[in-house]
Amino acid sequence: MQIEEVMKRKVITVSPDTTIGEARRLCQEHRIRHLPVVEGERLAGIISDRDLRDALPSVIQKEIEADEIYELPVSSFMKKDVITIHPLDCIDDAALTLYTAKIGCLPVVSQGKLVGIVTESDILHSLVELMGVDQPSSYLKIEVDDTTGRLADVAQIIKGCHVNVSNVYVYPSKKKGKKNLIFRVQTIDPRPIIERIEQHGFRVIWPEKLDFKHRTAHDRTEEKEQNDDEPSSL
Amino acid sequence: MTSRPAFKPLFIYSEQLLNYFFHDEHPFNQKRIALTKQLLECCGYLAQDQVVAPRLATDDELMLVHDQDYIKAVKQASLISDQTSLGQEHPEFHPFGLGTEDNPLFPDMHQQAALAVGGTLLGAELIVQGQTTRVLNLAGGLHHAQRGKASGFCIYNDCAVAIEYVRRKYGMKVLYIDTDAHHGDGVQWIFYHDPEVFTFSIHETGRYLYPGTGHVNEKGIGEGYGYCLNLPVDAFTQDKSWLACFESGLEAVLQFFKPDMIISQHGCDAHFYDPLTHLAGSMAIYARMPEVIKQAAETYTGGKWLAVGGGGYDIYRVVPRAWGLLWMVMNDVPIKQGPLPESWLDDVLPLAGGGLPHLWLDKDDILPVIPRQREIEEKNRLMLNQALSYLRQQVGSG
Ligand SMILES: [Zn+2]
Repeated sequence: MQIEEVMKRKVITVSPDTTIGEARRLCQEHRIRHLPVVEGERLAGIISDRDLRDALPSVIQKEIEADEIYELPVSSFMKKDVITIHPLDCIDDAALTLYTAKIGCLPVVSQGKLVGIVTESDILHSLVELMGVDQPSSYLKIEVDDTTGRLADVAQIIKGCHVNVSNVYVYPSKKKGKKNLIFRVQTIDPRPIIERIEQHGFRVIWPEKLDFKHRTAHDRTEEKEQNDDEPSSL
Repeated sequence: MTSRPAFKPLFIYSEQLLNYFFHDEHPFNQKRIALTKQLLECCGYLAQDQVVAPRLATDDELMLVHDQDYIKAVKQASLISDQTSLGQEHPEFHPFGLGTEDNPLFPDMHQQAALAVGGTLLGAELIVQGQTTRVLNLAGGLHHAQRGKASGFCIYNDCAVAIEYVRRKYGMKVLYIDTDAHHGDGVQWIFYHDPEVFTFSIHETGRYLYPGTGHVNEKGIGEGYGYCLNLPVDAFTQDKSWLACFESGLEAVLQFFKPDMIISQHGCDAHFYDPLTHLAGSMAIYARMPEVIKQAAETYTGGKWLAVGGGGYDIYRVVPRAWGLLWMVMNDVPIKQGPLPESWLDDVLPLAGGGLPHLWLDKDDILPVIPRQREIEEKNRLMLNQALSYLRQQVGSG
């Protein structure tokens, strides 16, 4: 999934000489946490509600005139080394960047122009959609060796069962040298698939198997009756 | 407390209902209805004058909830009837959920599916016309079918058709109760906007189990917000926790919604023997749930209670007992921990290919030991509170 599919195109921006007071008002009014700062169409910086809070006088520094600070331009507080992303980048890249750089949003820049913005919650939302269920399906979790081609092997087995896969993802296992494959398959009865996957030597972790076989005196069985007829081996 | 019904409960049945049959290896097998009927007859719990044959649902009736295009596709698929072409791939039907592994084509599919719907509709008619207050159609409960698509062994959604019929023709507020281990998604989505129909489903969490929906946050939309309640319990949930969730959930729904009629779906795949799900219920839940529903109907709907079947894939050890208990409750026959009739066991044992329980209820010492049961119970309690918060607010402020 590409950034252009999830980004917000209507971006609230300010110019470098917008005042801190005005920027604060915009954040509150539009309930946003980041304001890109633009000169013409070019991105000059970004200022967050956190930067704005830091700029304002604290309770201890009451003697400083608050009004004076409200009048200062955002250019004196904005971050100039902005990390940006391109509309054709993938949301995976965006997720990684947000996570590693510990930031909350990415301005989307194309040909030097600001064309959109994606925030943490936009990315989280699209990841949920990617993993989620939009087709009725059952969940399978399979542990495989972390070597080339295992995903294809398992996919091939499912193909042989004539069952459609509605989504798939792969993540590292806590066990060394292993990884987990998650499939959502469009069937209410995944048993034939599980059986074939296991026949090929892979380990199915979900559905979890509990031993539900109870052969107790509460059950009437044919074998029991037959056994009664058989001579004891003792 | 419970007064006897004014008329005898009726049991929808004909051998034709067993022809809703995909193929020999398919897990959905209506032979379980015949096994149940036989069990009840052996016990003397089913009188001949209680049995009513189903009728076919008309196209207009199916169109109460289904798309015309879809009905047309089912009819076209039904024309493919010889064994060789049935086994072939028919990708042209895949967009309608037909010709897949779950819903393969079978002879006269349209007719057979329309008969299951007709059974449930007839049940609804008999009740609203005052012929009786309680009807059971075990061939119904096909709760996964969507407006324009077959899903999870269900071609037409008999529950939804009957609900819409009663709602439109009689203006009744219907409470739909779904006790199948799978989420009652088809019925839920069809009435998701509708404040006149409350859909209540308790099921194994969709995190792992088909169809994947039925989260606590699915509460309805628009006008219908608040008229849908989901209780997704954790895998390996046992009787005590399942029943605690079910009873608290239903109580809250009844106080909020006050239905005119109850339609309940009785899939019995939450039993620990069931091969398709991961719940660990015993026969005790299938003895208790009908009692709770009956009491609800007596208190709120003047006894109007239409019950249908549903899932249930251990057709020898689980389904006949579970559905037998349901019918006993509907007939006000007291449930006792007695043995099943010898004659029935003798007949069924050769078919069952393994052991058969010889008691109506499961004794405690055969129940599986679930390692993390305390945590599962705690998690279900949290889920229940989350699910009920909205309804409780509404009742509290109203
Ligand atoms: Zn089910």
